[in-house]
Amino acid sequence: MAHAVETGVKHEDHESIKIAGFWIFLVQDVLLFATLFATYVVLRNHYAGGPTPKELFDVPGFVAETFILLTSSFTSGLAALQLNKKSVGGLITWLVITGVLGLAFLGFEINEFTNMVQEGATISTSAFLSAFFTLVGTHGAHVTLGLGWMLGLIIQLARRGITPVTSRKVSVLSLYWHFLDAVWIFIFTVVYLIGVM
Amino acid sequence: MITKRRLVRLKNILMLLLLFVMTGCSKNYIVLDPKGPVGHAELRLIILSTILIAIVCVPVILLMLYIVYRYRDTPDNNAPYAPNWESSRLLEIIWWGVPIIIVAILGYHTTKGIYGLVKPPTTDKTPITIQVTSLDWKWLFQYPDQNIATVNHVRIPTGVPVQFVLTSDAPMNSFWVPQLGGQEYTMPGMAMRLWLQADHPGKYFGTGANFSGEGFAHMRFPVIAESQADFNQWVKKVKKTAPPMTQSEYEAIKNPGLIDQRTYSSYPPNSFVETLMKNGHHHTERRNENHDVPSTGTP
Amino acid sequence: MQTQHFFIVGDPLILGADISIILVSAAIIFVLTYFKKWGWLWREWLTTVDHKKIGIMYFISALLMLFRGGVDALLMRLQLMFPNMNLLESEHYNEIFTTHGTIMILFMAMPLIFAMFNIAVPLQIGARDVAYPFLNAVSFWLFFFGALLLNLSFVIGGSPNASWWGYPPLSELTFNPGPGENFYILSIQISGIGSIATGINFLITILKMRAPGMRLMDMPLFTWSVLSSCIVIIAAFPVLTVALFLLFMDRFAGAHFFTMTHGGDPMMYVNLFWMWGHPEVYIVVLPAFGIFSEVVSVFSKKVIFGYTSMVVSLLLISVYAYFTWVHHFFTMGAGADVNTFFSISTMLIAIPTGVKVFNWLLTMYRGRIRMTEPMLWTLGFIVCFVVGGATGVMLSVAPADYQYHNSYFVVAHFHNVLIGGTVFGMFAGMTYWWPKIFGFKLNPTLGKWAFWLWNIGFYVCFMPQYALGFMGMTRRIYTYPDDMGWTPYNVVSTIGAFIMALGFVFQVWQIVYSAKRMDRDVTGDPWDGHTLEWSTTSPAPYYNFAVIPKVEGRDAFWKEKKKRSQPDYKPEKRELKPIHFPKNSGIPFIMGVCFFIAGFGLTFHWVWLGVIGLIGVAATLYARSFQYDTEYVIPVEEIKKTEAALGRDI
Repeated sequence: MAHAVETGVKHEDHESIKIAGFWIFLVQDVLLFATLFATYVVLRNHYAGGPTPKELFDVPGFVAETFILLTSSFTSGLAALQLNKKSVGGLITWLVITGVLGLAFLGFEINEFTNMVQEGATISTSAFLSAFFTLVGTHGAHVTLGLGWMLGLIIQLARRGITPVTSRKVSVLSLYWHFLDAVWIFIFTVVYLIGVM
Repeated sequence: MITKRRLVRLKNILMLLLLFVMTGCSKNYIVLDPKGPVGHAELRLIILSTILIAIVCVPVILLMLYIVYRYRDTPDNNAPYAPNWESSRLLEIIWWGVPIIIVAILGYHTTKGIYGLVKPPTTDKTPITIQVTSLDWKWLFQYPDQNIATVNHVRIPTGVPVQFVLTSDAPMNSFWVPQLGGQEYTMPGMAMRLWLQADHPGKYFGTGANFSGEGFAHMRFPVIAESQADFNQWVKKVKKTAPPMTQSEYEAIKNPGLIDQRTYSSYPPNSFVETLMKNGHHHTERRNENHDVPSTGTP
Repeated sequence: MQTQHFFIVGDPLILGADISIILVSAAIIFVLTYFKKWGWLWREWLTTVDHKKIGIMYFISALLMLFRGGVDALLMRLQLMFPNMNLLESEHYNEIFTTHGTIMILFMAMPLIFAMFNIAVPLQIGARDVAYPFLNAVSFWLFFFGALLLNLSFVIGGSPNASWWGYPPLSELTFNPGPGENFYILSIQISGIGSIATGINFLITILKMRAPGMRLMDMPLFTWSVLSSCIVIIAAFPVLTVALFLLFMDRFAGAHFFTMTHGGDPMMYVNLFWMWGHPEVYIVVLPAFGIFSEVVSVFSKKVIFGYTSMVVSLLLISVYAYFTWVHHFFTMGAGADVNTFFSISTMLIAIPTGVKVFNWLLTMYRGRIRMTEPMLWTLGFIVCFVVGGATGVMLSVAPADYQYHNSYFVVAHFHNVLIGGTVFGMFAGMTYWWPKIFGFKLNPTLGKWAFWLWNIGFYVCFMPQYALGFMGMTRRIYTYPDDMGWTPYNVVSTIGAFIMALGFVFQVWQIVYSAKRMDRDVTGDPWDGHTLEWSTTSPAPYYNFAVIPKVEGRDAFWKEKKKRSQPDYKPEKRELKPIHFPKNSGIPFIMGVCFFIAGFGLTFHWVWLGVIGLIGVAATLYARSFQYDTEYVIPVEEIKKTEAALGRDI
């Protein structure tokens, strides 16, 4: 039916235009994180008498977080494979697994934050900790948003199956998820690894 | 050679013209009436940049007026009309080339000026150091070598380079004495160095230049330049007659509000460095000539 | 919080504003109810996704904000007219210059350029709408409610008063405990999201939605300028978002990014702010360059001179824009190396800008110049911008800047480029595209009055301020002594400000008068235009083009017209097809309301209200995601009817 109608753009291009826009959105999100990283790097030695990364960071904890998030990126890739196979069931299954892993990641992060706060290392302790909580927390907020989005998408997939619109949405979401993974790798390196070294 | 001499003559004429327009008619143009080498160096760059841009801008505006008149859309206008004329290699090279040359000349002089101003203006005299702290909403001056302090007024000897070391124990401000030279920010936790020098005795207008809240408009202070002998005399008198500044007096001055000029015969040792440290100086890692805590930082 | 701190009632000026706001609101509600216009307002405007209507709403909002910011300016000029004036107290003056700057840059200049983006870009590239019409409406409502939030601070809670830079530590809780700075942060944050979305939207629109045959190097220069501006928006606004977010964390969550204690670094805010702030200047001035390029070419009856140079210089400027930010604080002692780098980079940006001026002159050269109102604004701009650019180069010389910085010289300079560049540019665009959007020309006589008043007022107001800079007058002081010799210059400057205000009055009169008296434009091409927007009717139908035009090369419509005037011209048969079109939606408006509620709650630290607002935002996002039936089809019959009503038969 799309062929019978003239819209200036061909109707099937609608979805690809949306994906292009999402790429540009990711570009601005990269810049947002880049600014937060720059801030962190400037302030990372400003302990103001408060605790240092070595005293704070729990190596098994952040390694586990990293492992879980990387796995979830892999499972979201598997979901995309199911999309190509046009299998709604497989797609939803892998999305659910990705979501559960995302939740686990968040659980670890919240646990880490609460422990730090209980030890008296809060966002108000020093500029270093302000930058730490804000950078890592912004990533965590992105993950939370992604989970909410995933839930909505799973419901839509269950209701409507795989259509050009839902498959575009799955592509965009998995782009977003991989992007968060890439950001985490930078956090892992710049914040945690360099912090404990 | 001839063209160079001509250019110099042209420059002189333009400079005179500019000076006439700007300073000739009024003593109030204090930026254009400097009283020391720093202000003079900056004025030279102001004049040079004005001339260089005038070389481009005045002809452009005249050309525009001419074109608008010559090619106006009236039936009897017989000027040439070329609706599809859209490029000319030669003209475009000129349009890109002329500004590039001008930027090159200006850039060269600017660079020289920037590097010149981080050094003491004269090297044959021992400089004097004055530590400046901007507060809400007053200026505190401390003389580490003389161990005296003033509020809202400052005295300097003429012919001697003065090293102002600037910080703030309140929101940022900017320390500006137009007739001696350009300004520099006062920032909490940082010590910024500003070299100034007065060659003539006089009373000069000094002001806070960066908005710092309610009382900002009243942050003015006179800078009194006098001969070394008079200056020494003044220091002696202050030492003898003025009260000392205690720590509690400093805290009182620091409270937000306006106060008159004050003079003190001494101040708590290390107070300038303590102010810096309190506001996070140990965190700043910038290493360059403008930021060091001066070695003379303690009296 | 006590009530008298919540509602600001003490000051007679504000009390007057309170009363007039209540009266005006009541009048609007009465008129809408009396004439039964609520449904119309909702259907035609609040829920629209039509880029032209969104453009009109941006435009009206921008004019209102120009009025508000202008009143601020007049109050400031009155206070400064004579030494030791008592019209405004320090705190009130500080609030007014803060809101003047914030409003003029973020809530006047930005919506004004977005108005032009919306009005002209899709039409110029032969598209039926922008890439994301729904998102476009979201952008507008976020801007609108952001602006509303900032303006609310005038009557509720108190205005921000730490200047439009909001430098910490002055803007930190210690020195600024009231809600004013929260209003500033959150209102900019909300409208900033909208600005980023607009940047993405128009970038993709231009890259993906052009009419068949239009290559990048065939695009009208206004479209090119919007493309460059969008690139800068996308790259610069995230930095502002972060800078303000961190300041917000300091104030709201007790963080220590920019505080004086606990290792905070106020300098970092200054850097982040200007990493956005300088590109921002180019964001608002590049589209003006684009408009001038269109206007100069059309009213000289010539093609633009040096099209490639123009494109290259636009792109060069948008890249250079990132490498000049330190020139806003040469006097913070960044060191000789850094200052040298940024001095030279700032001078370099003058080169492509200068080339543009030369190319405009050469476009007029050997043309036939029609002195219409858009052309007048353009010529006024060239003179004003040459002066402003010249003083800009003077400011780039760092050692000289040590003397200009924070003085009235700087104030004069940036008004020179922002009024002369952006505002004159948008006025040129307004008068140029007015017939396309509203179907009638603006009255030229009143327009010329407005032009001359603005221009004369401008020089009377700001030239003395250059002099005041040389006399040591610093910006942002609310009062000054009488022994500095500043008084006569301030008197003249204030008179100039009022002349400009009179110019604004003439513009409003011009719009009202023209709406009543001016003839309808039945040609669709009142200026003998060159680009595609003039090929459709005035006003353009909601679907823009009944048949998408085919493009060959630059100045497509001009060439088309030449072809048509050939004796052997045979019109191509144009076949109408049904059009897929986006449906209106109330979600963007509701989302804006939710953002407003969240922003208002967080401003007063009412976390519960903030959470309610944010839940509302999430709910609207979800509602949109679950909406699949977002388009409808316009049948051929209806297109025929609409075209016939606009006087074109297909």
